[in-house]
Amino acid sequence: MDLSKASFWGYKRENGRVGVRNHVVILPVDDISNAAAEAVANNIKGTMALPHPYGRLQFGADLDLHFRTLIGTGSNPNVAAVVVICIEEQWGKKVADGIAATGKPVAYFGIEQHGDHDTIMRASKAAKEFVQWASERRREERPLKELWVSTKCGESDTTSGCGSNPTVGNAFDKLYPQGNTLCFGETTELTGGEHLVAARCRDDKVRARFQFMFDRYQEVIERHKTSDLSDSQPTKGNIEGGLTTIEEKALGNIQKIGRKCIVDGVLDKAEAPTGPGLWFMDSSSAAAEMVTLCAASGFAVHLFPTGQGNVIGNPILPVIKLCANPRTVRTMGEHIDVDVTGLLRKEMTPDQAGDKLLECMFRTANGRLTSAEALGHREFVLTRLYASA
Amino acid sequence: MIQFVVHEEGDGVGVVVVEGVKAGQELTGWIMEDDKDIKVKAQSDIPIGHKVSLKDYKPGDTVIKYGVDIGKVVAPIKRGEHLHVQNVKTKRW
Repeated sequence: MDLSKASFWGYKRENGRVGVRNHVVILPVDDISNAAAEAVANNIKGTMALPHPYGRLQFGADLDLHFRTLIGTGSNPNVAAVVVICIEEQWGKKVADGIAATGKPVAYFGIEQHGDHDTIMRASKAAKEFVQWASERRREERPLKELWVSTKCGESDTTSGCGSNPTVGNAFDKLYPQGNTLCFGETTELTGGEHLVAARCRDDKVRARFQFMFDRYQEVIERHKTSDLSDSQPTKGNIEGGLTTIEEKALGNIQKIGRKCIVDGVLDKAEAPTGPGLWFMDSSSAAAEMVTLCAASGFAVHLFPTGQGNVIGNPILPVIKLCANPRTVRTMGEHIDVDVTGLLRKEMTPDQAGDKLLECMFRTANGRLTSAEALGHREFVLTRLYASA
Repeated sequence: MIQFVVHEEGDGVGVVVVEGVKAGQELTGWIMEDDKDIKVKAQSDIPIGHKVSLKDYKPGDTVIKYGVDIGKVVAPIKRGEHLHVQNVKTKRW
């Protein structure tokens, strides 16, 4: 596939970033604001609440990550406008100000001294204005390089390592030279293959930063583990699918970064890249957490290989599923966007599989709903670093 | 018809890619990186996605897949047998 003149139809936002969806989000800052946020989304059609269980009495790096994730989610170019709802107005302002830096419409409402009824009424009025404004935004043709693409695999099995993950790798190898911004992560799931990622880093500075992130996460495992993590990492599903050790799982995982891409930079959780290239983001290997972090980092479309059939989606980031396991495609076909089972029958080359995935990526970017979107999978899962105060 | 795939020459395991492999069945494999064929006789029933051993192992041996160490052998394994968590463990954690 010649990508040198390729383009897609997206929504160009006020800060120059290009999105492929046009969501108006009702964003609660904390758990106790979920009810009001969901009420507003129920009142105003075409908006979407993002309820979550956190945001109270967090502190330090964990609190920083909470704000970074919420602000990043609101700032994502797949989001046209945001209504922030918070129990304490000042923290709502903090999140709204962070999102407003993109130039997109944002409003915030505190529940204290108002109650749910008054807050829902005020926020619904703002949401109605936003959704009507957003409904007049139009897609425009943009060069391929403006599409930010992330990847993470889930419910992997051995077919992931020999089929669906190398397909993402093939696609990444084709996108990288076009100047796309790309991202992978899953820090613990590089265990046993971390030396291969380190060898792919652009220079010693990037390598040292990668090793720091890798070692930092290993320390968490070592501190808390009560076994060799079997059934957790690899998961029961991974083991059912034939993966035996974390090393085997990691080597399959790493196939997603292809053979030619260079790791140009390293991000902390929910940090935004500062330029094109392939970025490693320190992140959980749990699907919903990692994809939520990708959305918060600003990625507009996500490539998700699965073996045993992970059904995950994300509220604002379209998740494209591909699978090389014929049993999974047969039994869970409604979740799979790209069938690459032909690879393991030698009926499809890796190059053809990569093109098939890219074709689906363009259609998704241009507006086609993914299976996860059509099925209503909106997993919004915030990463926590430690206990609340 | 391919019943299993091997990532590269020298790997000690293949991945069964069809359903219903039974003990005693002659299996044809494809070494993907080198585009070569390989044959092995299954000595166990092996589910799709699970690994068939391509050599004899004794406890303490290292299993190689993708040309890289994927763990240590903890119980003897014969060529053609099912290689999984009952006979191989991680060297990490």
